Amino acid sequence: MSTVVMEQRKKIHPHKFTLWIGIGSILMMFAGLTSAYIVKRNQANWVTFQLPVIFWYSTAIMLLSSVTLFLAGRSFKERVMAKYRRLMTATIILGVLFIVMQVIGFKQLYSLGVTLQGNVSFSFMYAIVGLHGAHVIGGIIALLVLFAKAFNAKTRIYNTVPVEVISTYWHFVDVLWIYLLIFLLMIR
Amino acid sequence: MSSAATLHGADVHAGHDAHHEHHHHETFITKYVFSQDHKMIAKQFLVTGIIWAIIGGLFSVIFRLQLGYPESTFPWLEDFLGHWAKGGKLDPEFYYALVTMHGTILVFFVLTAGLSGTFANFLIPLQIGARDMASPMLNMLSYWFFFTASIIMFSSLFVQTGPASGGWTIYPPLSALGDASSGSKIGMDLWLVAMAMFIVSSLLGGLNYISTILNLRTKGMSMTRLPLTIWALFFTAVLGVLSFPVLLSGAILLLFDRNLGTSFFLSDIVIQGKILPNEGGSAILFQHLFWFLGHPEVYIILLPAMGMSSEIISVNSRKPIFGYMAMVGSLFAIAILAFLVWAHHMFVTGLNPFLGSVFVLLTLLIAVPSAIKVFNWLTTLWRGSIRFTPGMLFAIGFVSLFISGGLTGIFLGNSALDLHLHDTYFVIAHFHIVMGVASFFGMFAGVYHWFPKMFGRYLNNTMAYIHFWVTIVGAYLIFWPMHYEGLAGMPRRYYDFSNWESFKQFGELNQFISFISMIVFAVQLLFVFNFFYSMYKGRKVTTQNPWGANTLEWTTPVNPGHGNWPGEIPEVYRGAYDYAKDGHEFIPQNVPVGDDETHH
Repeated sequence: MSTVVMEQRKKIHPHKFTLWIGIGSILMMFAGLTSAYIVKRNQANWVTFQLPVIFWYSTAIMLLSSVTLFLAGRSFKERVMAKYRRLMTATIILGVLFIVMQVIGFKQLYSLGVTLQGNVSFSFMYAIVGLHGAHVIGGIIALLVLFAKAFNAKTRIYNTVPVEVISTYWHFVDVLWIYLLIFLLMIR
Repeated sequence: MSSAATLHGADVHAGHDAHHEHHHHETFITKYVFSQDHKMIAKQFLVTGIIWAIIGGLFSVIFRLQLGYPESTFPWLEDFLGHWAKGGKLDPEFYYALVTMHGTILVFFVLTAGLSGTFANFLIPLQIGARDMASPMLNMLSYWFFFTASIIMFSSLFVQTGPASGGWTIYPPLSALGDASSGSKIGMDLWLVAMAMFIVSSLLGGLNYISTILNLRTKGMSMTRLPLTIWALFFTAVLGVLSFPVLLSGAILLLFDRNLGTSFFLSDIVIQGKILPNEGGSAILFQHLFWFLGHPEVYIILLPAMGMSSEIISVNSRKPIFGYMAMVGSLFAIAILAFLVWAHHMFVTGLNPFLGSVFVLLTLLIAVPSAIKVFNWLTTLWRGSIRFTPGMLFAIGFVSLFISGGLTGIFLGNSALDLHLHDTYFVIAHFHIVMGVASFFGMFAGVYHWFPKMFGRYLNNTMAYIHFWVTIVGAYLIFWPMHYEGLAGMPRRYYDFSNWESFKQFGELNQFISFISMIVFAVQLLFVFNFFYSMYKGRKVTTQNPWGANTLEWTTPVNPGHGNWPGEIPEVYRGAYDYAKDGHEFIPQNVPVGDDETHH
């Protein structure tokens, strides 16, 4: 028999792989929005404005939350559950703080006359930043589910896949935010 | 993690070996309603798709009544449609709603969810040798999102102001302004919400199909041994995952415009003598976002039909598919080109002529992979020992329609000709033949071919042959004359042509088309009857492999349970198309390569 018997490829867990394709899909949505933004910007009636300073602080918060989640994942693998729970709590609080700061940023813009119904450039900013925020909220919900599981005494599952999948997603929304911030700063 | 363990997804316990027995206690609810078995989910998609197809088809019959008999009244219509058909005369507003919903239902709910949802779910695990999808849970959610979308879309038919009526492409400003028409009111909101649900369903399904195909293939099932059905479903899923999010972004911006007072797609509009405050938006921008999905969507509909027809033609010609790698390569080429041609829907929007000529070139390039596929289907049939099963007839019918409809695509792809033919019946004829009817034929071929695997029974052949011959002759009789109407300039979406001197001559032709469309619709009901009758009363399948096919789904029991194979998953030693090889009529994929065989 000369056929080469192939090993079934199991290099990456199907759930992780599914997430990566999902990330590609989310990226396409933001690619759609940002390219629409670029097209619109090159037409008449485009007004530029300053992003609020608080977006810089929220960026720092988001980056910090990625660090705490990374450390949480490491403690989970080392089975240091108390530390894992503390770091998860910190991540969730930072995530909520990020959303709060984005909302404050929106309010500041509103008071400066940069309203949703105003110029198209304003509307785009609200739509893009708002949709990113919705993805962060999705991540917070996923983190809360993980968090609840960590306290459930009945099911003692040491499966690292859910933690890894949700961490990857969280780092993705982090990187996505940095991309969007740079995009909104550079292309005005 | 063994492949048996992945069946259970996240709830698997370490050290739990579920190889031979399934430990979940199955109740009626978990088996038939909230099922996580890919085969049951496939059947759910199929039955929901059939219900939608009946509704969408019925709508076309009603608006064809108006087009064929513009001077007549049909009092029974009033009993059926109420105030939308006062005195038996179809209301013009409702005519637009019917056209819009016909398009929406058939493009998205039948030929996307009904086709991909059914066959990707059913065939991917069975043909690649997996016990279920990568994530059965997401798979179940995919169906229930589709179901919710269906309920919302269906309920929009019954609101006071009627369902969405701005065309299935929902161009603003008709779709963005509630005051634009009665179909721009709550019906449009429901349309958008239903479509957002639908997109989520497609994405969840698509993610699952891709990761299942790439990760859960059985031992020996290399990518180059995959049946062409799976390749086609794979590219379909990739197209969906990359293009639907863009439509979603367009739909979200449209929802903003409708409900939050933004002006993404609106500018300088006067409505009922009132100047709207919206400034700076662009309606064309929406068309770009829409067609960036819209064109790949055409291939999302078409590719599964291509894949299934390839499979069925090879099995029933008792010959290897001609040019397997060329078939895969052309699918790949079509998938790439699908993303680069969207602006050929927009030649008349004031598109830069140079940009237009680039899109003409890219559009005409699609003829190359399409021609390769047609050549390979014909050469597979050539000198084959053809069995004209109903599935085979529909697969050959698919090839015929793909040629007929594809050729007119070359006319329309030329921007110079498109300026004249845009939005005429020529376009209607083109896309109904190449995308609508052709994909339906692929779907019918798939249903006839895999029905024995789905339900353990055969469909009735006599009814199937009547279904085939009436449908193919009828389809050509309906759409062929429309080419001439279109060349004469007859525009689409008009309620009544009898007042135009130039289109009056088509009155009798329109009547003829309407008459045939009713016959074809009636024959589809015969198919539906056959489907449900045979599910319970059809001839029972007694052998594992009734068609003598090579692919793995025929190595499962006649009625496979959850997990598909009661024992080990078979190992694969060869490609899917070893027919008429080395003196064997067919050699299934799980048969080891013998010493007497010629090696490739």
